Amino acid sequence: MSDSPLAVEHEARPELRHHFADEEQQRNAASLGMWWFLGTEIMFFGGMFCAYLIYRRWYFPEFAAASRSLDLKVGTFNTVVLICSSLTVVLAVRAAQLGNRKLQVKMLLLTLVFGLSFLGIKTYEWSNKYKEHHIPTFHYNVIGGEGDLVKGHEHLLGVDKVQGDDVKLREREAEIQRHTQVFYSLYFAMTGMHAIHMIIGVGIFGVITWMAHKGQFTPEYHTPLEIAGLYWHFVDIVWIYLFPLLYLIDRKPGA
Amino acid sequence: MSGHTQHIASAKLYWLIWFLLIVGTVITALVATVDLGTYGGIDANTVVALLIATSKASLVVLIFMNVKYTSEKMTRVILIAAVFWLLLLLVLSLTDYSSRFAG
Repeated sequence: MSDSPLAVEHEARPELRHHFADEEQQRNAASLGMWWFLGTEIMFFGGMFCAYLIYRRWYFPEFAAASRSLDLKVGTFNTVVLICSSLTVVLAVRAAQLGNRKLQVKMLLLTLVFGLSFLGIKTYEWSNKYKEHHIPTFHYNVIGGEGDLVKGHEHLLGVDKVQGDDVKLREREAEIQRHTQVFYSLYFAMTGMHAIHMIIGVGIFGVITWMAHKGQFTPEYHTPLEIAGLYWHFVDIVWIYLFPLLYLIDRKPGA
Repeated sequence: MSGHTQHIASAKLYWLIWFLLIVGTVITALVATVDLGTYGGIDANTVVALLIATSKASLVVLIFMNVKYTSEKMTRVILIAAVFWLLLLLVLSLTDYSSRFAG
């Protein structure tokens, strides 16, 4: 049995599991498994995107006002940081394919730096939202306080409709508080879920970097790096959509 | 038998894709502050932002995630099925919610 050609071949390549015909099949099976998981991730994030789109249609003026309170420059910069991290991931995979361990580890360390930078910048943004009382239920307030959304955008109140009518004005203000809170709830749920994925990604890449450092990846076998990369790029894509949907609802002059 | 069936893209291509992604991001942010008008009740700014986002996502999927070169055809089946499911969810829900309370 052990001297059958297949068994001999397998003994020579310890990374090849016996139930796969060759490395290519093994690699494809692993990557397909990750794709299958990413399919479920699309469904998971899809639910939140769907809720977002429905409420955005219903509460558009309030969503636009709340969206303008997010820092556009910081958001753009963070998008750039994440794109850079995706580049370093593919360059790390490429270095593994070419058997260049030094470059591989360097690129993976850069990926970790970019990933952690993204999370750091996100934390900075969230702490600003806390200071502005824009976190739902935590002394939430968007009218007259530090994070005033109406000041300079009085048309949001529908001034012509509520002019001189105090009761109507209070009602409209309460409505703005409620509707913007829906935006921020979705904002924190979506960016929070994205951040959890980033934290998991950084953890995975920490292990991958260690494995790369130990020289476990060769041109023939670097599947863990490759499929971790697929996950990382997926998380990047989620952000590519989150950025325009959350930050850029309506930034037109005079809006 | 091993290794050689794997596609190794050039580093140049990866840098080019990175460059396009960055340009797309900057254009998205800049264009958002310009009024592109509204056509038939549809805000052109939103359409442009989402078109750029979809182009960026496609570049990431095809090149960075290797879908263009993979020998595993099933990857495409999963990808198309997942995106199709997502469109079903979003389009059907939105048509429902935007017409249900009309009038």
